[in-house]
Amino acid sequence: MYTKRIIPCLDVKNGRVVKGTNFVSLRDAGDPIELAATYDKEMADELVFLDITASNEHRDTIVKVANDCAAQVFIPFTIGGGIRTVSDMRKMLKAGADKISVNTAAVKDPSIIKEGAEKFGRQCIVLAVDAKRNGENSWEIYLNGGRTTTGIDCIEWVKKAVDLGAGEILLTSMDADGTKNGYDIPLTRAVSEAVNVPVIASGGAGKLEHFYDVLTEGKADAVLAASVFHYGQFSIRQVKEYLKSRGVEVRL
Amino acid sequence: MIAIVDYGVGNLYSVEKAFAKFSDDVILTQSADVIDKADKVVLPGVGAFGDCMKNFKASGLMDAVMRAVENNKPVMGICVGLQIMFEGSEESPDIKGLGIFKGMVRKINAPGLKIPHMGWNSLTINENTHVDINLFKNIRKNPYVYFVHSYHAMPEDKFIILATSVYGEEITAAVGKNNVIATQFHPEKSGDIGLSIIKNFVEG
Repeated sequence: MYTKRIIPCLDVKNGRVVKGTNFVSLRDAGDPIELAATYDKEMADELVFLDITASNEHRDTIVKVANDCAAQVFIPFTIGGGIRTVSDMRKMLKAGADKISVNTAAVKDPSIIKEGAEKFGRQCIVLAVDAKRNGENSWEIYLNGGRTTTGIDCIEWVKKAVDLGAGEILLTSMDADGTKNGYDIPLTRAVSEAVNVPVIASGGAGKLEHFYDVLTEGKADAVLAASVFHYGQFSIRQVKEYLKSRGVEVRL
Repeated sequence: MIAIVDYGVGNLYSVEKAFAKFSDDVILTQSADVIDKADKVVLPGVGAFGDCMKNFKASGLMDAVMRAVENNKPVMGICVGLQIMFEGSEESPDIKGLGIFKGMVRKINAPGLKIPHMGWNSLTINENTHVDINLFKNIRKNPYVYFVHSYHAMPEDKFIILATSVYGEEITAAVGKNNVIATQFHPEKSGDIGLSIIKNFVEG
């Protein structure tokens, strides 16, 4: 049976995972590969590494993370954050990443999606979108972690991006993110119904029901979460067992 | 020695590392000579059927791989590496495949489902097959593996189908006959199950 995917997100700064973790089993909570291997054992379906390194001179640390992960952890992973050019994409893919996520660079110059998809295949190109409600059934996309408005309609944008070659949408609700009140169901559903590529819902996970709701009512193909996994509120296996008990197909 | 054929499509780093977990003698190679000397050959493939076939031909490595096939060396295809073993593909109608297996590669017909078929899906393994190496030895029933593809092979000879999956319709997940075997899914990205499949090929 085809399954829904559960994806932990690791924020990486200067090659180290930031945001502490509660895994007692880890020798070093800041080591991205050790954490990746732990999530793999817990049956994570994929991993996302988000590079939040501020300065360009330390950017190559994420290349090393990609390289080490590809050599040691045999599940798919995406690298995002700070990807500006097709050459950045190539560097990450060459280091062993399976997919690249682009956000700001794609809004500033959508042709990066097309070029990336043509060069590396659309399955490699994940469009990351930060969206915020600005009306009934209407959302606007934001840049720079929600600090910059764009005036661009979310649904129009994802449709355009998929036409250009985006193979997957990583959708974060600015309204839900950090609230722990649940994923944004209307937004996720609207995006999932607008495009024919998989949609990964992100932002708002706080309870087990939230995962179920966004994968069923929200029509998401996958869910991403960070803090609930890092701080050990739930294990990935626990989320999967819960979903399975409610009839959602998962890999266990 | 296990030769992983590098004809310039995609990143083969994970493939190499996964095979290297079970053998000290794995070489990622662009040399026909190395392929000729290898005991086993791995033929990966990413992207479009036509691009893969063109690169494969132009690289000069196609003949070496076909020699390995004819000399009964174990050869394992992965993803588009499986697809190019067939006669052709809807994706690139003007380009011929290797024709090791009879049949065409067609677009997945999955109304209401998203394309590509991307993610983890379970396998139904066919027990009655004629292959030199059993990829699914000591693997639990209906294992989950990782797929990323929009096209899949439709073998004329049903007995070559080693495993299937379901995504809107029945999907050919693995094929094989004698020394040639291939998976549509990515064993190098399929966690512990995938590694066991690779181990079976390396040690089989």
